[in-house]
Amino acid sequence: MTNYERWHIDRPLFHALLALAATSLFVLYSAGGNNLLFALGDALRLAVGFVVMFAAAQVSPETYRKWSVPLFGGGVLALALVLAIGVVRFGARRWIAFGPLSIQPSEFMKLAVPMMLAWYFSRRSLPPRLTQVIIAALIMLIPVLLIAKEPDLGTAVIVLLSGVIVLFLAGMSWRTIAVVVLAAVAAAPVLWAHMHHYQRQRIYILFHPEADPLGAGYHAIQGMIAVGSGGIFGQGWLHSSQANLHFLPDSTTDFAFAVFCQEFGFFGDLALLALYLFIIYRGLRIAFAAQDSYSRLLAASLSVLFFFDVFINMGMVSGILPVVGVPLPILSYGGTSLLIIMADLGILMSIHGHRRLVN
Amino acid sequence: MRKAFLPDAGGERRLFATRVVIMLAVMSSLVAILVGRLVYVEVWRHAHYAALARGNLTRPLPVIPPRGLILDRRGIVLADDFPVYSLTVEPHRVAHMATLLARIKSLIGFNRRDARAFTRRLQASDPYALVAVRRVLSAAEADTIAAHLHELPGVHLTAQLHRNYPLGGLAEDVVGYVAPLTARELARHPRRYAGYADAGQSGVEERYQRVLMGRLGFEDREVDAQGRLMKVLARNPGVRGDNLYLTVSAQMQAVAEEMFKDKRGAAVALDPRTGAVLALVSSPEFDPNPFVTGIGRRRYQALIRDPGAPLDDRVLNGLYPPGSSIKPFYAYAALQTRWFHPSRLVRCRGTWHIPGNDHLFHDWLPWGMGRIGLRRALEESSDVYFYKLAYRLGITRMARYLTDFGFGRPTGIDLPDESAGVVPTPRWIRAHDAPWYAGETVITGIGQGPLLVTPLQLADAFAALAHHGVRMRPYVVRGIQNPRTGRVHFTKPHPYPRVAHHRRASLRLLLADLTRVVSGSLGTAHIMAHRLPYRVAAKTGTAQLWSRPWQGAYKGPRFHSDALIVAAAPVPHPRIVVAVVLEHAGFGARSAIPTEIARALINLDLLGHVHVRHASASRIRYFEQARSRSPGEGAQAGRLLAAARLGKGRRDPVG
Repeated sequence: MTNYERWHIDRPLFHALLALAATSLFVLYSAGGNNLLFALGDALRLAVGFVVMFAAAQVSPETYRKWSVPLFGGGVLALALVLAIGVVRFGARRWIAFGPLSIQPSEFMKLAVPMMLAWYFSRRSLPPRLTQVIIAALIMLIPVLLIAKEPDLGTAVIVLLSGVIVLFLAGMSWRTIAVVVLAAVAAAPVLWAHMHHYQRQRIYILFHPEADPLGAGYHAIQGMIAVGSGGIFGQGWLHSSQANLHFLPDSTTDFAFAVFCQEFGFFGDLALLALYLFIIYRGLRIAFAAQDSYSRLLAASLSVLFFFDVFINMGMVSGILPVVGVPLPILSYGGTSLLIIMADLGILMSIHGHRRLVN
Repeated sequence: MRKAFLPDAGGERRLFATRVVIMLAVMSSLVAILVGRLVYVEVWRHAHYAALARGNLTRPLPVIPPRGLILDRRGIVLADDFPVYSLTVEPHRVAHMATLLARIKSLIGFNRRDARAFTRRLQASDPYALVAVRRVLSAAEADTIAAHLHELPGVHLTAQLHRNYPLGGLAEDVVGYVAPLTARELARHPRRYAGYADAGQSGVEERYQRVLMGRLGFEDREVDAQGRLMKVLARNPGVRGDNLYLTVSAQMQAVAEEMFKDKRGAAVALDPRTGAVLALVSSPEFDPNPFVTGIGRRRYQALIRDPGAPLDDRVLNGLYPPGSSIKPFYAYAALQTRWFHPSRLVRCRGTWHIPGNDHLFHDWLPWGMGRIGLRRALEESSDVYFYKLAYRLGITRMARYLTDFGFGRPTGIDLPDESAGVVPTPRWIRAHDAPWYAGETVITGIGQGPLLVTPLQLADAFAALAHHGVRMRPYVVRGIQNPRTGRVHFTKPHPYPRVAHHRRASLRLLLADLTRVVSGSLGTAHIMAHRLPYRVAAKTGTAQLWSRPWQGAYKGPRFHSDALIVAAAPVPHPRIVVAVVLEHAGFGARSAIPTEIARALINLDLLGHVHVRHASASRIRYFEQARSRSPGEGAQAGRLLAAARLGKGRRDPVG
């Protein structure tokens, strides 16, 4: 029994994470203006992340299953608390301050909602009936609406997505899926008609950033410039002019991928994407190997959610998706999001490490 | 907690596997889209975005090269560039502006008006731009600020090259001045003036703008998102403008300007052999330096309202009735005819009337001059003689010769905005003064009537008399020097077609007769003759004018006379021609001033000194010997002319 096995660490996943963490250090050192202190902060953050992952890996899936409901309940309560006493930053009430620390409960819901739904479905025979689907949808809509009220539409959509993934993986019937999709398509024009002018404008800008190059479209355009100027081989490490000269806002957080693109180019992107896809592949492998319905659902949905995190960020930076504040997992500088992602991965490792060897 | 009924483990697993596979398909297609997008953005459109990124970080800034120098014929600098320091501040780096201003105020002069101007500029600019606190600092102020710069965060001393006219108003009518570009000029020549701040607005500065301005340089600056300078990537200093050597002598210019002090008038000196302008003075003068930084409205209004009109260039644009100074040209015209003989005596009785008309035309000398020939007519400036001559010549022929001598059209000098003057040619008469009366011909014969000339035209025409009837195009730029190679491209003198010349020696005779104006005891410019070692051909003139009240500002006498003189020396081979006009000269002592100025300019050019007594003995001896070598040139020429006419019909000039 190796040390990895003793501590329930999945070796390929762990190595891929280490590689990502190293990449993050390099990219953020450059994006943060060649600031060693900043890089040290990043290292510390990553270290804390690994500790969280390690801790999460020690807890058995059975425990997670038992704690799903309280965690979810606690999360919803925290969200309600945010709306009541949260700190307003950048025009949104998303944080609860604990002295110098501030946490963002909405991030936590990315983990709590899949756990909650996985727990719900693990107690039912699958595929779920329509009533169960509706109940599950209602459960998941509570935090989604609370988050949307903050307002933090980006996270709300991701949390909704996490719930939908679980519903889909649980085997929601195609007919229901069709009805929901049709309803959404039908509702879209009605929603559009009922929106304020400025909201429509904002949506328009999201898809046509050139219309307002110095305002709403600034992030998108500067991000595209950073990505496009990277070329095939990139400008080289520490040579991202977009970040060094502060043309690119949020270059250490949401747009860290743009810095990566400018410095390492298309081949660098492919390598990074491969690393992420490997992690997702590994997560799905773990899901397949999982021995009970709860672990299976949770592992698969966390992996798929991880994929969507990556995809949404990369898509946003490269200009196929509108700019929503979603950080790139692990690479971007962001406390809560990293901790949640690391906890996700820790749970995946736990599911893998705690499986019974004899079925 | 247990499940309500036994799970169908295999079914659930299959269902899960199907869903995961579907999910994998979705994810793969999304990855394909993402990779496709990255290929498009990073590989296909790379050049576009790379250009955008470069455009993001570099700002090309124009670097204005130094303007070419303007020097006089001996290399005295009339216009140069010198660095002017200005005090600027970066507002975003200043914590407390009022404290800073108080500190600056304690170091340099900074009055309330400066403060107000600064506040206005500060409000108009964005916080990362440099805002000028004081546009122009004196050298001492710049030193003070430089010494205290470390205590003044966000404050910069920036140097700019400004045009400077070290001799102030000296030769300002030739040199002109540079002033900030106007929006209209920029709109008219957007490419030529792109990046430049100012341009020549008059004189040589305007005419030779393209030579003087050089070629614009640039500086590629790397800037950050706020526009702050990070580093200079590339710098092309541009090509500095070519230097101009003028034909003008600063010394002659200074002497003439000094003699004109507080008087209105104009003087121009030419080299008749080339057309080079040796001096060009229009008095009163003005200082061109305030124009460089943009003259204040009040100051400009004062210049505009000044009844002396200092901004006008009288040499090029002053239109004067030439008075008697035009007579040599009529004499020349007459000498080309078959019927005129210079020694034929004409009775001048103080008045004259056109046959068949009893309107009397008066001579300036009420009792007349008796029976005189051309020589005395010129010497004493007989009006009756020239009334008769003009009546005999007729206005058409007079106008033709005047036009041949360059009157009535610009001389083509390389200065902007030259006036043409007025010559009553048949066409002009048809357009402006029909019907034409014989009396107008008569008064045109003594330089009155509609005839208007500029001092430059007068000098240039007289230069033609002094230079074998060949008129040269006047010019003020002697050479253009490339400052890098030092090579000078000299201006080639340009001759105009020779004036019609039908009688041999008529020019020599005329010139010799004109020397009597100075040397003759009754000569109108005889005061000039004192101790002159060389012979001077000259002609004075007095133009009597009525002044129209001009913008209500003119308070002088309504009726006044302008005194003119045009002179060439040394006869028989003149090297300098001078034309001087003094406005409001009146009669008496003041009317002699133009003669004195002419003598000073001629002495300065030929002897090197204003007064003959200061000149070197050898120089004086040289001219005296030259004079004695050709004692009776006029008599000689007269004999030649007479011989040519022997046996031809002799008639009285007036028939």
